[in-house]
Amino acid sequence: MSAHQLFSSLHIANGGLSGIGDEFFSGRIFNKVFPEIFIEGAKNTIIFTAIAFTGGLIFGLGLALLRTSKKKYLRWPAASFIDFIRGLPLLLIMIVIGLGFPILFKDYQLNFPGPLDFLNTMWPFGRDGTKYIPGALALSLVAGAYMAETIRAGIESVPKGQMEAARSLGMTNSQTMRKVILPQAFRTIVGPLTNELALLFKDTSLVSVLGVEVGGRELTKFARDSTNQLANTTPLIAAGICYLIITIPLLQLVQYFERRSKAGTR
Amino acid sequence: MSEAKVEEEIVIEFTNVAKSFGDKEVLKDIDFDVHRKEVVCVIGPSGSGKSTLLRCITQLETVSKGEITVLGTPITKCDKKAINELRTNVGIVFQNFHLFPHMTAIKNITLALLKVKKMNEKDAKELAMKCLQEVGLEEKADMFPASLSGGQQQRVAIARSLAMKPQIMLFDEATSALDPELVGDVLQVMRNLAEEVMTMVVVTHEMDFARSVADRVVFMDGGVVVEEGTPEDIFTNPQNERTKTFLSRVINRL
Repeated sequence: MSAHQLFSSLHIANGGLSGIGDEFFSGRIFNKVFPEIFIEGAKNTIIFTAIAFTGGLIFGLGLALLRTSKKKYLRWPAASFIDFIRGLPLLLIMIVIGLGFPILFKDYQLNFPGPLDFLNTMWPFGRDGTKYIPGALALSLVAGAYMAETIRAGIESVPKGQMEAARSLGMTNSQTMRKVILPQAFRTIVGPLTNELALLFKDTSLVSVLGVEVGGRELTKFARDSTNQLANTTPLIAAGICYLIITIPLLQLVQYFERRSKAGTR
Repeated sequence: MSEAKVEEEIVIEFTNVAKSFGDKEVLKDIDFDVHRKEVVCVIGPSGSGKSTLLRCITQLETVSKGEITVLGTPITKCDKKAINELRTNVGIVFQNFHLFPHMTAIKNITLALLKVKKMNEKDAKELAMKCLQEVGLEEKADMFPASLSGGQQQRVAIARSLAMKPQIMLFDEATSALDPELVGDVLQVMRNLAEEVMTMVVVTHEMDFARSVADRVVFMDGGVVVEEGTPEDIFTNPQNERTKTFLSRVINRL
């Protein structure tokens, strides 16, 4: 290898390295995306997470109760549904719902026909808030299926004697569930549920495949749009930092709950 | 115990009761009565079906064959509502207490009062305190089960059952999970209860207790009632070979 060749290849490597700095960590671009990345991206990511977690929790609780029922005709469909949803990629579900549901919405407003008209006024996120529905629905569905299994494990971790003690005092099955079994179940699964929350928070990035209009974009979509616009990768790195700001404390919290449950303080 | 307090009325009646778990026959053709205000102690080796017998009375197990009549109600014909109603009249205390660990002692007691008896908060609390006093634990009202000793937990569990004002109390090896030094307090509470002329069915390994408190002792083995009689009959003059073998084992074990 000649000295010239060596020099030029070093030169390229050198230029490549300094290029990495400009491409991924450009201070100028950082300044450009802040604070909009918070005001729009992070805000919407949090909104998607909140709706999907709440929805998933309610949905998952319902599924878990059916799944642990003594009656076969309740247990079986719930178990099948849970496996059905868990067996599909979230991205696929997201696209199906994203493409299918706009039929129900017109210009991002609820568009239920005639007798279902009252539903059109029920959405709490304002007239254009329906932009969250397809994404949040897909996320809720999948989160619910996973949480159903977590909640079921929680219910099954409560000793059988608890049910027997409550029932032998004359309490009904549903009273026992609400007052005795579920409070104990949730205490044991607060760690795994927090973990689900962290996963869900990250999974909201899949909403980016749906063509959400400006204002409804979550972190990933916002960052991709900025990257395309500015021809620079820095916004994606900024989005990554935003995710980590939330997920790292959440994962720490999961560890804390794990330690606590190992210590046996219930 | 005087024989006089025991009334004619039969409050629990087993007629040809059998119970199987899969292929395993746990109770075989049991006929067995309990009279009002009677204290019946059921003894026998483990696996003899004593606990199952008790659990069938309050429908924690359903019988495979036969009929149990509790307080005049044939339980195999009961719907869910009638079973719940019956359960308020029949208290049961378990070997492992089964207190609700996420509630304080007093909340453990008031829960069913509020939910089942539909009492108001104030009356429920008052009654719960009274029941805790009866078992000598009124100062532990606001403690969680985890910070109580086994004996204290079991006394709270007894108070929880008593608060429902049951007509019959069932004890399923109530002292078997306790450290030896804690057994005495729980037995004392049960003794007091017997003296207050509660109808009681007590499955126990405490032979001294059975001997001194029971009106009648029932010896079970292999899913059948082998022998029954007054404590005097059973402990000093057992007729059946299996009873003799069992008693010699448990009484001479020291």
